[in-house]
Amino acid sequence: MSAVAMLVFIVALFIVLLAAAAMLTWIERRLLAWWQDRYGPNRAGPFGLLQAVADVVKILLKEDWIPPLSDKGVFVIAPAIVAVTMLVAFAVVPFAPGLVIADLNIGLLFFLAMTGLAVYSVTFAGWASNNNYALLGSLRTAAQMISYEVFMGLSLVGVVILAGSFSLVDIVEAQRGMWYFVPQFVGLVVFFLAAIAETHRLPFDLPEAEQELVAGYHTEYSGMKFGLFFLGEYLGMVLSSAMIVTLFFGGWLGPAFLPPIVWFVLKVAFFLAVFLLLRAALPRPRYDQLMSYAWKFLLPLALLNALVTGAVVVAMSGEGAT
Amino acid sequence: MAAKESWLYRQLAVIGSQVKSMAGVFLHGFRKRETILYPEEKPYLAPRFRGRIILSRDPDGQERCVACYLCAVACPVDCIALEKTEDETGRWYPAWFRINFSRCIYCGYCEEACPTYAIQLTPDFEMSEYDRRNMVYEKEDLLISGTGKYPGYSFYRVSGLAIGGKDKGEAENEAPPIDVRGLMP
Repeated sequence: MSAVAMLVFIVALFIVLLAAAAMLTWIERRLLAWWQDRYGPNRAGPFGLLQAVADVVKILLKEDWIPPLSDKGVFVIAPAIVAVTMLVAFAVVPFAPGLVIADLNIGLLFFLAMTGLAVYSVTFAGWASNNNYALLGSLRTAAQMISYEVFMGLSLVGVVILAGSFSLVDIVEAQRGMWYFVPQFVGLVVFFLAAIAETHRLPFDLPEAEQELVAGYHTEYSGMKFGLFFLGEYLGMVLSSAMIVTLFFGGWLGPAFLPPIVWFVLKVAFFLAVFLLLRAALPRPRYDQLMSYAWKFLLPLALLNALVTGAVVVAMSGEGAT
Repeated sequence: MAAKESWLYRQLAVIGSQVKSMAGVFLHGFRKRETILYPEEKPYLAPRFRGRIILSRDPDGQERCVACYLCAVACPVDCIALEKTEDETGRWYPAWFRINFSRCIYCGYCEEACPTYAIQLTPDFEMSEYDRRNMVYEKEDLLISGTGKYPGYSFYRVSGLAIGGKDKGEAENEAPPIDVRGLMP
């Protein structure tokens, strides 16, 4: 792509992602309502499509309150971090052949690094708010996100072994024969659970468990700063779905009657719906259950998966035989 | 007696139950909606629904209210105010009658207290206003032309009270008055 085309693509992607994150709030409410025998927001515009616009206008006009005892600089910067890291992580996602901002040869690591950086957002927010609930919420978030990050990376080792590359484009191309959710089913399950915990979506939304922590780390936030946290959360959902599709479901690959980008969008939309269904169906686990499940079950499982995948690849290549 | 569940069985049961609840929630998408799309679709209101308060008239077309103040006394939020007056025949009626609907909690105590079935709650709740002062209803707003829930009932026709045109003992089912000081049985 030429520099101009790349610039256009980046701007277009930026707009599409922000619009998608805003529309996702409406889609989420409509889908939750659909699964709960209701209609959901259907008044603003056709099918309630303008609800997202109304919400954005409202949140922009809200009072933007900064608590007097807070650490103001950190308080302001925290919500920006999560939105920026999530947006930057999209740079390595291949949407279609050639339609990727940066095909880094360490694309997968870049994605993990960016989601890792998002932890700073919640810890800063909780610390700068100078509020008990915010601090407790951010402590939980930090522990949860760091724990789940450990095997989020480990669960992808199998994919990397099979594809022989960290580049996401190469990983998608390597799935031409078979999408990786078949040989890497365990990896998929572990990665999916880790992705839910990483974006702290329900059922793993302990950082903002309303019943215990008011609103967790963003208790003191209002106006568009609060909106940025939500933007980050919804972008995280889109990013997680995009990564699941890229790593396990063949990215843009699909029968030729639809263009690759459409396949990609359809697959991502499907996993977004699964995210929302999880929210609608499952209750939140206890905090100690969440942590012990991570360390005692998912971590060994991810390690085992990496071990078995490596062994099988070596055995198949015949190089291990003497 | 079942053996102690194995760890694997427990894990599978947990996963199975979660998948089952996800499927169950998903299938709810194909059920009938509970929501009533209100402005287009009106909800069913029972005949005894407690909504907008009205003052009814008796079958002769005269006000049923006898200005006894029992509704105003019964009202827990003091939203009813009225003043009694009398016409030349001795019939009591309210000179003015005012209900502040921004205070009214639609408890129905006024209707229960009313000895003449004059004040009644109706199945109507669509009375929102942009200006709070418009929530105060005067007598002309409250009075309806009909008899409401009790057709045929007229207080003065059954009560023993003497008013112009109807003396003691002339009401329905009323025996002629007895002279209690008389000696006859």
